[in-house]
Amino acid sequence: MENLLNLFVRSIFIDNMVFAYFLGMCSYLAVSKTVKTSFGLGIAVIFVLMITVPVNWLIENYLLKAGALAWLGSEMADVDLSYLSFIMFIAVIAAIVQLVEMIVEKMSPSLYNALGIFLPLIAVNCAILGASLFMQERDYHSITEATVYAAGSGVGWFLAIISIAAIREKIRYSNIPAPLRGLGITFILTGLMAIGFMSFMGIKI
Amino acid sequence: MKSLRKYLDNIKPQFEKGGKLEKLHSTFEAFESFLFVSDKVTFKGSHIRDSLDLKRTMSVVIIALVPALLFGMWNIGYFHFKSIGMEAGLWACFFHGFIKILPIIAVSYITGLGIEFIFAQSRGHEVNEGFLVSGMLIPLVMPVDIPLWMVAVATAFAVVIGKEAFGGTGMNIFNPALLARAFIFFAYPGRITGDFVWISGLTGRENIVDGFTGATPLALASTGAALPSISDLFFGFVPGSIGETSKLAIIIGAIILLISGIGSWRIMLASLTGGLFMGYTFNLIGANHYMQIDAITQIAMGSFLFGVVFMATDPVTACQTNRGKYIYGFLIGMFAIMIRIFNPAYPEGTMMAILLMNTFAPLIDHYVVEANISRRLKRAVKTVKS
Repeated sequence: MENLLNLFVRSIFIDNMVFAYFLGMCSYLAVSKTVKTSFGLGIAVIFVLMITVPVNWLIENYLLKAGALAWLGSEMADVDLSYLSFIMFIAVIAAIVQLVEMIVEKMSPSLYNALGIFLPLIAVNCAILGASLFMQERDYHSITEATVYAAGSGVGWFLAIISIAAIREKIRYSNIPAPLRGLGITFILTGLMAIGFMSFMGIKI
Repeated sequence: MKSLRKYLDNIKPQFEKGGKLEKLHSTFEAFESFLFVSDKVTFKGSHIRDSLDLKRTMSVVIIALVPALLFGMWNIGYFHFKSIGMEAGLWACFFHGFIKILPIIAVSYITGLGIEFIFAQSRGHEVNEGFLVSGMLIPLVMPVDIPLWMVAVATAFAVVIGKEAFGGTGMNIFNPALLARAFIFFAYPGRITGDFVWISGLTGRENIVDGFTGATPLALASTGAALPSISDLFFGFVPGSIGETSKLAIIIGAIILLISGIGSWRIMLASLTGGLFMGYTFNLIGANHYMQIDAITQIAMGSFLFGVVFMATDPVTACQTNRGKYIYGFLIGMFAIMIRIFNPAYPEGTMMAILLMNTFAPLIDHYVVEANISRRLKRAVKTVKS
């Protein structure tokens, strides 16, 4: 239990997807103009992460990893399919994003319109694939751990995007030097916010 | 005085529109309003008339910083002479600190104001007084032995990236003085952490009396050594950054800010509550010797009070809504103590806690406003129905 809580806090603050690894930047930069839409996208990312990472964990541990096919019989025990992991992970993510898109369209057409092209683009959001690959690399022991990690990464990404959206709403009417308007200042902001998040680096809980 | 006024009036036409030196208009304006009250008044629209303009606000904050600055000068001298085993009087101590600190202040002001003037010139707006306070805060959060070029680089970073890129005074998201310190902290960590940087003349480690260490109370606390007494901590007979040592001087500054209404009492109160809450919570857990340190001592150590009084209350980077201020302050207090205890890499958490909350301040404001709107909407709907 303590271990899971630790993992959750770690993945939100210390291993923050945006401020520690700079993953998922495309939608982070493009959809962070208002808090409302970025809130919706953030929730969608949490949802997609919490489904894809456990599913990918199952695929990884029961199909792909060296020796994962042992449950089919002893002659399959030394099959190693891990070279397929990229394509499998991407396929799972794409399928689940389709599902989320349908749900959002049905439940909240306004959010669907506001998110526009970026909802299908979650499929190629590097934070989503990144979480699955980190899951593979860090070798989480159980599906619970993988889910908690996914939830934490999602919440971290969600926090990052809504906080920058609030700042961008605040500086909308600032007299920013012309060359920096729009994305330029957003990049500078992200860097400065990452300094703020460095307060958690090196924390051992 | 009169001849100066006459001289200014004499050269003024050159800076007006169409004059020879039109481009330097804002420089002239800045000097004129610095020396005299500017005769320029706003003539359009409705305005609140109040003598508390930006210049007055900044001057009050500077006055509030003076006790901490003066004590810091004495403290630097006191520890310098103590480290080489010499007895020195009050004035000798003070004078030593004075000549050590003056160059840092000068460098910070010259770099910062220089950049402000260049930006004001090229962007065609007036020079704002906003840097006056940051320029004083930057030296106060530095260790005394910091090389001057680092102060200059850090100040330039804070002013250009932290402030001018966002549109100048009043538009910045992060506190410039803290950005300057964080810049040095991450770029040159050896110059701002450890036991040797806090006392002038100790970097070379020459002529030091046996058994003297320059460790700050926080460094002592993290190794589990005995702490200085609470009165030493309160009056400031401990090493540390220039302005942070004496809690008494900081409290005098806080009183000036509170009476003049410039510092927000909500933020100060909430931060103190947050710090004490976290301190007592850790007292209850008590898992290691650091957590067992009494909450009051915890507050009196390091830069907690300095940060809370002078940095967290920065009206630009803090929350704007009243309810937001309570949340903002409380979280600063909590995170400051938490980072200090949990993070072995950072001996002090106040700087990082305030920078982190600067990030979230607009978000807190956003949700406070949203909550207000929905509450009022509900009330309105109820009134309409009944």
